[in-house]
Amino acid sequence: MRYIPATDNDLKAMLTDSGAGSLDEILAQVPREIRDKAKLNLSPALDEMSLMRHMKSLSDDNAHMDSALTFLGAGTYNHFIPSAVGHILSRAEFFTAYTPYQPEISQGTLQAIYEYQTYVALLTGMDVANASMYDGASALAEAVLMAVRIKKKRKKIYLSRSVHPEYRETVKTYTRDLPIDIIEIPLAEDGKTDVIWLEKNLNEEAAAVVVQYPNFFGTIDDMQTIASIVSDKGALFVSATTEVISLGLLKAPADFGVDIAVAEGQSLGNPVNYGGPHLGLFATKTAYLRNMPGRLVGETVDIDGKRGYVLTLSTREQHIRREKATSNICSNQSLCALAFTIHLSLLGKRGLKELAKTNLALAQYAKEKITSLNGFSLPFNSPTFNEFVIKCEKDTHQVNKFLLDKGIIGGLPLGIFYPELEDAILFCVTEKISKEDIDKLVEVLSDI
Amino acid sequence: MTSKNNFNESSPVEPVIFERGSEGRTGVMLAPSGLESINETDILPIEFTRDEIDGIPEVSEVEVVRHFTRLSQLNYSVDGGFYPLGSCTMKYNPKINEDVAKLQGFAGSHPYQPEELSQGNLKLMYELQGMLSEISGLPHVTLQPAAGAHGEMAGMMMIRACHEARGNARSKVLIPDTAHGTNPATSALCGYDVIPVKSNERGVIDAGEIERLMDGEVAALMLTNPNTLGLFEENILHVAEIVHKKGGLIYCDGANMNALMGVAKPGDMGVDVLHINLHKTFSTPHGGGGPGSGPVCITDELAPYLPVPVVEKHEGNYALNYDRPDSIGKIKSFYGNFGILVRAYAYIKSMGSEGLERVSRTAIVNANYIKERLRDHYDIPYDRPCMHECVLSDKKQTPYSVKTLDIAKRLIDYGFHPPTIYFPLVVQGAIMIEPTETEPRRAVDSFCDAMIAIAEEARENPEILKSAPQKVKFRRLDEVKAAREPKLRWTASVK
Repeated sequence: MRYIPATDNDLKAMLTDSGAGSLDEILAQVPREIRDKAKLNLSPALDEMSLMRHMKSLSDDNAHMDSALTFLGAGTYNHFIPSAVGHILSRAEFFTAYTPYQPEISQGTLQAIYEYQTYVALLTGMDVANASMYDGASALAEAVLMAVRIKKKRKKIYLSRSVHPEYRETVKTYTRDLPIDIIEIPLAEDGKTDVIWLEKNLNEEAAAVVVQYPNFFGTIDDMQTIASIVSDKGALFVSATTEVISLGLLKAPADFGVDIAVAEGQSLGNPVNYGGPHLGLFATKTAYLRNMPGRLVGETVDIDGKRGYVLTLSTREQHIRREKATSNICSNQSLCALAFTIHLSLLGKRGLKELAKTNLALAQYAKEKITSLNGFSLPFNSPTFNEFVIKCEKDTHQVNKFLLDKGIIGGLPLGIFYPELEDAILFCVTEKISKEDIDKLVEVLSDI
Repeated sequence: MTSKNNFNESSPVEPVIFERGSEGRTGVMLAPSGLESINETDILPIEFTRDEIDGIPEVSEVEVVRHFTRLSQLNYSVDGGFYPLGSCTMKYNPKINEDVAKLQGFAGSHPYQPEELSQGNLKLMYELQGMLSEISGLPHVTLQPAAGAHGEMAGMMMIRACHEARGNARSKVLIPDTAHGTNPATSALCGYDVIPVKSNERGVIDAGEIERLMDGEVAALMLTNPNTLGLFEENILHVAEIVHKKGGLIYCDGANMNALMGVAKPGDMGVDVLHINLHKTFSTPHGGGGPGSGPVCITDELAPYLPVPVVEKHEGNYALNYDRPDSIGKIKSFYGNFGILVRAYAYIKSMGSEGLERVSRTAIVNANYIKERLRDHYDIPYDRPCMHECVLSDKKQTPYSVKTLDIAKRLIDYGFHPPTIYFPLVVQGAIMIEPTETEPRRAVDSFCDAMIAIAEEARENPEILKSAPQKVKFRRLDEVKAAREPKLRWTASVK
């Protein structure tokens, strides 16, 4: 057994030498009728070479970002990851460490998280950020629960339909057993949150209003207007960002008065990974710090006065507060957060903005080229970041099938989530798509 | 402006990244887009754009690599040594698992790409569900939860949905005093009141106590087996019968599955819902706190409530089914922490039945060996054979004013990561040791030798324990200061 050092003889000797008795005696605490049925029936063990062959064959049964030109985004994005990220990440001192409960021998993880928290605060413009949540969707769900904790008697959450459908579903699941009402804010004709509806319908029972920034269709809601409607009614303003690179170019959520900003951080440092693991960014104002879910790292000193870091404010958390905790979460996406931190450090302030600009420019080029073709148009005429919606005269699934025949994975047909957008596709263009790739897409589309 | 490397406070071991670099440096060279350069305000309204973000540092690749390499060197890790954290199962993380997780077909596949182009992923998930079903003895599995606590949430939501379908959601959950804090926190999230259950003098759940507490308002008993004292819940069959008879369900926290493979299947113990931590029993790395993965295994009755989507197989093809009207819904984006599933799948494939059975057997022997070797030196609050972990206390050291914390910190000087301490709460000054199966006898012996030496130091030279650790770069950190004056991010003014 390559991962288990002890041989049968070793085990026997350990039991004898220590006087622990036989394994049978030790296992007498397990009722006989349970033990008798416990034998496992799994396929036999594979040697390392056969295992690698088997895993490769499974992997080869999938398309991936390098085997096909892909225009999918919608919550997880195909960005280039510099080699240094993977090399640092795979250092076993990061990879195989536990949660930093013993700070004297966990300063590497702790300081990295502290740096991550700082980056998240800088990107979102908020005062404080936690050590990360499972992903953007669950971070949003936690933000909604937090808003209700802060607003106590207010139990209504106004959730825009321009928020990622899977985020909305996740919010509904997290609140299903609690006395919280989720009300969906309709879309306006321009693919943005309907502010006229919001103005008319938002009332003082609202704990929070939730929008996506940039929204699911890649466009930008009227953040300023929404903020003023929200603050008039004394509710909290929550924003969710699925494409964190956009914050390199777009104003920080805090600039619009957002109270809790969450985001999916995958775009920095983390592969799409068939949807996970990713990481949820979570940031808020200092005033709400003690209502925040999740781990926090804080600066302190050791007894020699040396600057160091510890997990802190844990009286909010489940291992101390049990059923009164701010969340049941007991982990963070530490390694994903480290990848995020390394990638952002490599980019630096200019690199981040340049990367965001490249995404913007390529997406704009693609948008213009596609809509110059007959049969493809823009249903929403508002500026977008690196995703945009295209309305197709032909059936969207036929369009994608046609593209696939030419080795291209098209965008996301929106009819899956929005019946009224049955004729629309959400395209995503990142820096990994070149001008030539876009020209190729357009050429294929022109043949449809 | 003063140099970024001057510090007014006592010098840190490694500056934060924000104190490094200087204007104009970068760690990347971006690929040219092939387009003419643009001004973002040509596309985006100026009221939405921002300048470069002040505070984000400018550093070269070598500076970034050195910075994080130095940080890594301040960490203890499984690859570096014995990590006996009770209930955390810090076993060795096989290297091939990392290689397979990086295969492009896995890491580079998009969750929304067509199912016919994702058959390898879906097959892997389907087969992993089958493996976990075999190991747990429960017929249905969801792989979606991102961690153990997330699995608890999904599991308790399914339990609630089941009771709702039966006509009454019920209002209470019974939780033993040995439980992890996530159990009560999860119950609250699912709208349940928590009723604590006192363990008996043998450290396990008392059937009489369950009989007394169980009524038509109790939705579930949430237990951990083996429990956090490392003891098998010997009355489990009787307890499950009592709970089931009154219409309740049994939730089992699978944190301690490492003791059970080939020993006991939760499905045979009367468990209705079980979550498994792939980052514990199935060897995926902890990564400094995550990402983990917490699949949930359930009985037939609960199957309608599984989170969507469910991976299914039809005539040799694998598919994601969202059409599940009674589902509790989605618990996160996409399909779970897929990259972690790949590693766990590879691990189970490399172990087979015999290997996994050997895992539990070896882990149990290691734990009992440690307990026996330390018997004369430390108090053993529940003194009988344990499963995969043992719990000691600092009672024998109390006369010398030495506490569990001091023992833990002194272990650091001996080159070991301390065990889990002050948990479970039912033992005062608990020291919870889980050696796992991947430690050779030599490592276990060195740890025991260190523990025995520390017990002696406690008698002869308690000061050395109270001032530990001394031999690592950081000594005890001021946690009170951190909480009183929270400084949760770097700012330029901090300097």
